[in-house]
Amino acid sequence: MMDDLRELYQEVILDHGKNPRNFRHPDDANREAKGENPMCGDRFMVYLTLKDGVVDDVAFQGRGCAISTASASMMTELVRGKTAAEAEKLFHAFHELCTQDEPDIPEGVDDETMEKLMVMSGVRQFPVRVKCATLAWHAMNAALHGEAAASSDQF
Amino acid sequence: MSDAILNQAYDVQRVREDFPILARSVHARKGKPGKPLVYLDSGASAQKPRQVIQAMTRFLEEDYSNIHRGVHFLSQTATDQFEAVRAKVARFLNAPNDRCIVFTRSSTEAINLVASSYGRTFLNEGDEVILSIMEHHANIVPWQLLQAEKKIVIKVVPCDEDGVLDMDAYRNLLSDRTKLVAITHCSNVLGTVTPAKTIAKLAHERGVPVLFDGSQAVVHGTVDVQDIDADFYVFTAHKLYGPTGLGVLYGKYDLLKKMPPYQGGGDMIESVSFEGTTFKAPPSRFEAGTPPITEVIGLGAAIDYVEALGRDAIAAHEHDLLQYATQQLSQIDGLRIVGTAPGKGPIISFALEGVHPHDVGTIVDQYGVAVRVGRHCAEPLAERFDVGPTVRASFGLYNTREEADALVQSLQAVKEFFGA
Ligand SMILES: Cc1ncc(COP(=O)(O)O)c(C=O)c1O
Repeated sequence: MMDDLRELYQEVILDHGKNPRNFRHPDDANREAKGENPMCGDRFMVYLTLKDGVVDDVAFQGRGCAISTASASMMTELVRGKTAAEAEKLFHAFHELCTQDEPDIPEGVDDETMEKLMVMSGVRQFPVRVKCATLAWHAMNAALHGEAAASSDQF
Repeated sequence: MSDAILNQAYDVQRVREDFPILARSVHARKGKPGKPLVYLDSGASAQKPRQVIQAMTRFLEEDYSNIHRGVHFLSQTATDQFEAVRAKVARFLNAPNDRCIVFTRSSTEAINLVASSYGRTFLNEGDEVILSIMEHHANIVPWQLLQAEKKIVIKVVPCDEDGVLDMDAYRNLLSDRTKLVAITHCSNVLGTVTPAKTIAKLAHERGVPVLFDGSQAVVHGTVDVQDIDADFYVFTAHKLYGPTGLGVLYGKYDLLKKMPPYQGGGDMIESVSFEGTTFKAPPSRFEAGTPPITEVIGLGAAIDYVEALGRDAIAAHEHDLLQYATQQLSQIDGLRIVGTAPGKGPIISFALEGVHPHDVGTIVDQYGVAVRVGRHCAEPLAERFDVGPTVRASFGLYNTREEADALVQSLQAVKEFFGA
């Protein structure tokens, strides 16, 4: 039981939750989308700077729990430098990891990235927290597609 | 009777035996025992005593049928029992008679009924409805729907840092334009009990009717709608140790009589023809279709249950828990209680510095402690106190000091976890 908690709140997650990376609003961002979970009031803005189809910069701002904040922070580290297509693939891989006991991971995600994504997979044991973990990722995906907001109904 | 005597008479362990669910544990896994359930979420919905469960089962097994429409034996038996609960609810609220009691699906539906039937008939563009900052969404959104349709104006009474309703502001908001006041009798977040009698008196000086949302208030104390002089009073059965799917609207008969139906259907009509249909008198007029019959029987048993324990004795027990838990929680560094009004109900909302309520909820749940986290369907209030979401522990007639201790211990674990 407490093992599940340790699995969910791994040191990396606690660290990213407390000291989120890329917690800022880049001046040159050319895409942004809001992610909101009306149930708990968590709300993030995700900013992308897309240059020639590559995520040149990615950052976020907002307020949320340790899980959603850490996930957003880790997302920014993983997505930067990826092409839009790769970033979208990561979104799907992450979504699978958080929701499926036997995740169907799209091809072409390298092992190192997978390992980093895996850190969040403890959330599977806590179904009500899955939305926290995927919130910023949904917003990132919405921004990629030029949408203004990710609706939590999709999560 | 003094509190001490009441508390001695109140045997909470004996009371707990009436609630089968309280004996269970949670999070048991292969080979590992779970944690005993510590249920501190009665404000969201209360657990049910065996007396309620059995009354509903017995009714279904022995006396069930549709009501108000059969000549057969069972229909008459079921109708008699159903109507006897209406009379019991009237006594419970000290309503003048049972014609003032309308059964609805919930508090939410009861408020929508008033907003829709009374509001659409008697409110017009520019008319004002006064609410308070501490309303549940159930007492905000129905008025906003009316606002969109009829262009009424919504005014909001603020509260102070303790969560006490600002009565001076209320006085100032009342004007010739005020056509209705709709305010909670007890906040589901702050626990604040509002001065209902004064609120009604001030409104009545201007001829304005008042609706009270009693969803939390009826659970924690005795309510007398005639003493308050409420025009409308609503509550919901599931928070009063009764079943879901059932609410109550009390209305002064003169008001109910003037109001058109809320929904159309069977049971609420006198005669139907395509040239014109005539409606029954209240309360039938507002009870279209087959009502939640078994649930009404369950509510009757719930009222019997709390009355047998004694509403004053329950209130004294809960007050003791509130004081004890407040004291214990206050000793936790970085814990801020939101809502410290004198005379409040046994509801404690708090924030823990450096830890998001969602994380608090997940961790204490692993210790068996069930609390509510979020904005508790009262987003404007969360804004007011600038806390965002909070953790809420709400106490019921079956909770114990040991359970308050369990909450405190689980919060210590949260702090260790987060190094907060
Ligand atoms: C103060 C208050 N009003 C209204 C409600 C709505 O009750 P129901 O959902 O049963 O209609 C609640 C319960 O959530 C409440 O606490």
